Amino acid sequence: MRQITGAELFVKALKEEAVDTLFAYPGGQAIDLFNALYGEKEIDVILPRHEQGLIHAADGYARSTGKVGVCLVTSGPGATNLVTGIATANYDSVPLVCFTGQVATHLIGNDTFQEVDFVGITRSICKYAVMVRKREDLAETIKKAFYIARTGKPGVVVVDLPKDVQRAYGSDFYPEEIMVRGYKPKLSVHMGQINKAMDILNHAVKPVFLIGGGVNIAHANKEMTQLAELTGVPVITTIMGKGAIPTTNSLYVGNIGIHGSYAANSAISNCDVLFSIGTRFNDRITGKIEEFAVNAKIIHIDVDAASISRNIDVDIPIVADAKKAICALLEKAKPLHISEWTDEINRWKKEYPIDMGKIGLTPQMIIRSINELFKDAIVTTDVGQNQLWTTQFLDIDENNQMLTSGGLGTMGYGFPAAIGAKLGNPHKDVIVISGDGGMQMNIQEMATAVVYELPVIICILNNGYLGNVRQWQEMFYDRRYSSTCMRYRRSCETGCNQPAHCCPEYTPDFIALAESYGAKGIRVTKAEDIKLALNSAKQNTKTPTIIEFIIDREVNVMPIVPPGNSLNDMILESEEGRE
Amino acid sequence: MKKRWICLFVENEIGVLDRISGLFSGKSYNLDSLTVGVTEDSTISRMTISLTSDDRTFEQIKKQLGRSVEVIKVVDYTDTPIHMKEILFVKVNHCSDADITELFRISKVFGVAIIDYDSTTVLLECTQTENRNDDLIALLKRKFANRIEIVRGGSVAVEAVSMSER
Ligand SMILES: Cc1ncc(C[n+]2csc(CCOP(=O)(O)OP(=O)(O)O)c2C)c(N)n1
Ligand SMILES: [Mg+2]
Repeated sequence: MRQITGAELFVKALKEEAVDTLFAYPGGQAIDLFNALYGEKEIDVILPRHEQGLIHAADGYARSTGKVGVCLVTSGPGATNLVTGIATANYDSVPLVCFTGQVATHLIGNDTFQEVDFVGITRSICKYAVMVRKREDLAETIKKAFYIARTGKPGVVVVDLPKDVQRAYGSDFYPEEIMVRGYKPKLSVHMGQINKAMDILNHAVKPVFLIGGGVNIAHANKEMTQLAELTGVPVITTIMGKGAIPTTNSLYVGNIGIHGSYAANSAISNCDVLFSIGTRFNDRITGKIEEFAVNAKIIHIDVDAASISRNIDVDIPIVADAKKAICALLEKAKPLHISEWTDEINRWKKEYPIDMGKIGLTPQMIIRSINELFKDAIVTTDVGQNQLWTTQFLDIDENNQMLTSGGLGTMGYGFPAAIGAKLGNPHKDVIVISGDGGMQMNIQEMATAVVYELPVIICILNNGYLGNVRQWQEMFYDRRYSSTCMRYRRSCETGCNQPAHCCPEYTPDFIALAESYGAKGIRVTKAEDIKLALNSAKQNTKTPTIIEFIIDREVNVMPIVPPGNSLNDMILESEEGRE
Repeated sequence: MKKRWICLFVENEIGVLDRISGLFSGKSYNLDSLTVGVTEDSTISRMTISLTSDDRTFEQIKKQLGRSVEVIKVVDYTDTPIHMKEILFVKVNHCSDADITELFRISKVFGVAIIDYDSTTVLLECTQTENRNDDLIALLKRKFANRIEIVRGGSVAVEAVSMSER
């Protein structure tokens, strides 16, 4: 048997796992791994500018391609810079394998330079974390890492690689299959439960489907659309479930949740059967839990048994992969006669649409223009108002996808995720919708986008505020704008509670910034210029383009369910009452 | 709220105890005791966990344990006939002769062994159920307040062979 180093085996393993893109940042305890990668043609090794940007890029790559995203960083600070990205990806069930360099095994525990207990740090925020302590275990551990990351409820696996293991010689064998005795992803569907569920659905008078991210993760969108169309049951989604059926489909009602649509929240509150697939019923979607869907029989399908009957009581629990379950449901599905109910929902949709009015330059106009101009696109969002508006107004169908940090809500996610998405989908348009705050959290990745020639389109909705927090301060904290103004300078008076014409200049100048990176920058201040800017960005196929949209400083995300209220108890419009 | 027992088979690897105890602390689950030791198969450790919780939380705990990659099997002992024992040492300091006589009497009644003593200190060893141990501790605390030192091992449990009482 040929003897190779651990580092060489690492490269071999990546190839066996069909890894074509590696997001990697070097350092002392990873230098042997990088040495083994030198000149490697089959793997595109991408060097982002910060490990947080790196892992969000791997995340965007994984979400948009369905493949496992792979990261490689050095020990200590390289590894700790991954922490936010690990939690972000794991929370949204994104398959990642993160390799981290580690000091040599005989030095562990000595407070060695750049030693941290990374397995200990990440244990509670990933699916599985392991240190390879012996060269003999390396191949099997890497195999196991990819298997665990990608199967069942996908997630993040951390593999910590001590320097001596990287350098040690050993067998070049890499297994084709692996068995993990404590890990058995559910592969079958319990037909008895499926029959019970269908029986309840078929007798419903006011049924709805509530679809979470699980359907997108299982790539069951086509099957879900079939199920909705065959039964005629209206579909409501969570933010993560958006796109489960095309948003343009007449059966699509909207998003549920604290910024959901009136029609969606009302339908949930009034339904008699709530058929949910792939959601964990977190607090952002249920509102006051005691009043959530009180009249409904609840069916819940989820791949993770621990998500079922945790936050709400469920009548029919089904532990299964969303795609397999939906296929099983399709066999039993038949048209329901519920036109009274669907008419009622359509009336709500018509009477209470989400609409920001026609005055000024609104996020709605920007996102609707994106809908019009980009038919084969991946849209990533950052976190905050920009994200919520996107989830409200973006159209998603078979060709469009939205990537957003739903579970952790990580500012700084959107832009690097777009870099990863573009690397994985060079022929698609990739658009970032970001806030001015969040954009600055990973702005160093401008260099990455420029040097790898990734023409992503970055739409910054600049309100000069940490808008989402400011909105809460306005609505629920007496307009006490504490630490949310991005135009604040030392010269400002303390206790400011509103924007004014004389506010200091915004810094940075995003246009000059784009140009300094060798990218293109466009500033848009009027609605008439939205499409012009988007088209000109679309035509710039060599470098990224930043479009800075100067939007109303105090525009809010509406409607909103105030904290503690039940879902159908929403505030529909801002106080000013826009036209 | 109800007293529960779980038997857990886990990989005998570094860090697994941290993973399990971290799950309890991270999710704010109450843990009464946790013991661990290697089984007849040296690659597998067996834990006995006792806790107090309501039904819903307990269901969650079992599911959360079950989805950990390092956990091979979760067995709920709550309504199963089991044998369980907890090792307990109690050292009583500054004893008078009368105290020592009293301690020997208590040891007879409670079926507790006195495994070591000198003129002023007595060391008791008790291997009984957690509840019996609680009773003994309560009694000793009352009689010898501020003079006792307690070491508890946590419960270990195994299914009964014939149907027997707890
Ligand atoms: C890393 C991180 N820090 C803080 C927050 C809390 N937070 C949520 S939204 C928000 C404001 C975001 O401001 P901006 O990026 O300008 O977006 P806007 O809401 O104005 O669209 C903040 C601070 C967060 N979600 N993530
Ligand atoms: Mg902002």
